[in-house]
Amino acid sequence: MLELVNIHKTFNPGTINEKTALDGVNLKLENGDFVTVIGGNGAGKSTMLNAVAGVWPVDEGRIFIDGTDVTGLPDFKRADMIGRVFQDPMLGSAATMEIEENLALAYRRGRKRGLGWGVTRVEKKLYKEKLSELKLGLEDRMTAKVGLLSGGQRQALTLLMATLVKPKVLLLDEHTAALDPKTAEKVLEATDRVVNQNHLTTLMITHNMRDAIAHGNRLIMMNEGRIVLDIKGAKKKNLTVEDLLHQFAVVSGEEFASDKALLG
Amino acid sequence: MTYFASLNPTALFNSMPGGIAQGLIWGIVALGVYLTFRILNVADMTVDGTFTTGGAVTVMLILGGLNPWAAVLAAMFAGIAAGAVTGVLHTKLGIPAILSGILTQFALYSINLAIMGMKANQAVSVDKFALAVSSRTVTRALFVGLIIAAVIIGILYWYFGTEQGSALRATGCNAEMSKAQGINISNMKILGLALSNGLVAIAGGLMAQFQGFADINMGRGSIVIGLAAIIIGEVVAEALKKTNFAARLTCVVFGGVVYYIVVVIALWLKLNSNFLKLMTAVIVAVFLAVPYLRSQAKSSFRRAGKRGRANA
Repeated sequence: MLELVNIHKTFNPGTINEKTALDGVNLKLENGDFVTVIGGNGAGKSTMLNAVAGVWPVDEGRIFIDGTDVTGLPDFKRADMIGRVFQDPMLGSAATMEIEENLALAYRRGRKRGLGWGVTRVEKKLYKEKLSELKLGLEDRMTAKVGLLSGGQRQALTLLMATLVKPKVLLLDEHTAALDPKTAEKVLEATDRVVNQNHLTTLMITHNMRDAIAHGNRLIMMNEGRIVLDIKGAKKKNLTVEDLLHQFAVVSGEEFASDKALLG
Repeated sequence: MTYFASLNPTALFNSMPGGIAQGLIWGIVALGVYLTFRILNVADMTVDGTFTTGGAVTVMLILGGLNPWAAVLAAMFAGIAAGAVTGVLHTKLGIPAILSGILTQFALYSINLAIMGMKANQAVSVDKFALAVSSRTVTRALFVGLIIAAVIIGILYWYFGTEQGSALRATGCNAEMSKAQGINISNMKILGLALSNGLVAIAGGLMAQFQGFADINMGRGSIVIGLAAIIIGEVVAEALKKTNFAARLTCVVFGGVVYYIVVVIALWLKLNSNFLKLMTAVIVAVFLAVPYLRSQAKSSFRRAGKRGRANA
């Protein structure tokens, strides 16, 4: 469903700040794969997701989504195939617009936006149903401005927006990192539910090794712009945090940097 | 005492309807500025040039024999083109929005002169042409101004409820999210700037007819007057607790009227008209600063220090 072939990306080439963020990434996701992505700071996790999303063009390599070569398309032209949830809860929705207006924007992803009504009555019913599945009471506040919602509510809404039109690939960039543990747990539950229900092909970055093990059917570890570990199926089920920390030390030659990974 | 004796209440009363009619025209400018300043979140300096362009195009076309209404429509398209130029400079050539607007405005000075046959002003007489509005028939001007403003508010209300209008609002509110939802934000910004300047050019065309001439400097300060009208309108909307979009737009037009009534009163009080621009700038600066100063007052280091000492 998603295929990355030999992706390279260097930021600020030829300057003192030159940084090779992706150094030959190869990855192939089957339809319905739910892959968790871990790695230290600067390993290239977010850069890989941004490459898939088309935030900037890659220096080398090709990206295929469902067989289509999207390497030459900017983000808004591949948005019809991709659902995204960002780390910052403020980034995923428009604060000055109503909940239903935000959902309507997402509902038209990949479609021409003409002079028809921005939100139709039929849609409102659909949104109400979908919102009530989140169990946050948002279905009764459809005309409330999104800026009035909490970070957790906004992140849940963004998740719904990302999946309202079934994406070929769902990209979750540490989408629970900015939330308190209880809210993060809820949003992760909602993520599991929506991914499983719709059989979504998903890439989820997390700093939390326990989450990386508990969710999804496949786990990859990145280091210095490369994928250094790829664990699937039964092998992934039997993983422990200790295993991962050991593996990380082996591949990178250093201790895992984040305390969150141990404490989370 | 002689000063107060020299003030003639009847004169003020008589100049009110004309003032209100001009206020309505500035209200239309304010609607245009609202599109960029509040919805797209950019301060667009182009409008100072497009207001004049609107006036120049309208007057020259009327002199050329075109119907005054059709001339205003043509002026609108000229404004749309000017706004699109600013949009292209900003989005396709990477020039900061404020500088793009200044560049277009600067270029428009030459273009406006050329439109007016290299003259600084061109008169159009209501005696020779059936003008849409004129200061000679103030009641009619008031009526026409009200209807045009109402139609524009209606169209804007409808437009910003459509799919495209929603995408435009989203672009101004959150560009990152808009791109993730497949919106071409560059095109949306160009569209927004074009529409905004189209409205301002309409207002310029009406103003030139109302005063009976187009002048190369007639647009100077349009952005500031537009902002003043928006700010006054928003204060009114807040006071009336009107949050509905159509009501907000109506308040913005009303803000233009209030602004011009203040101008009329200031002139009646024999304030030197040279100081009008200074007065307007001060009012706008104060109102733009108030929200910031309020938030600063809530989190002030000086107060924190005082609290600390008081509790020690």
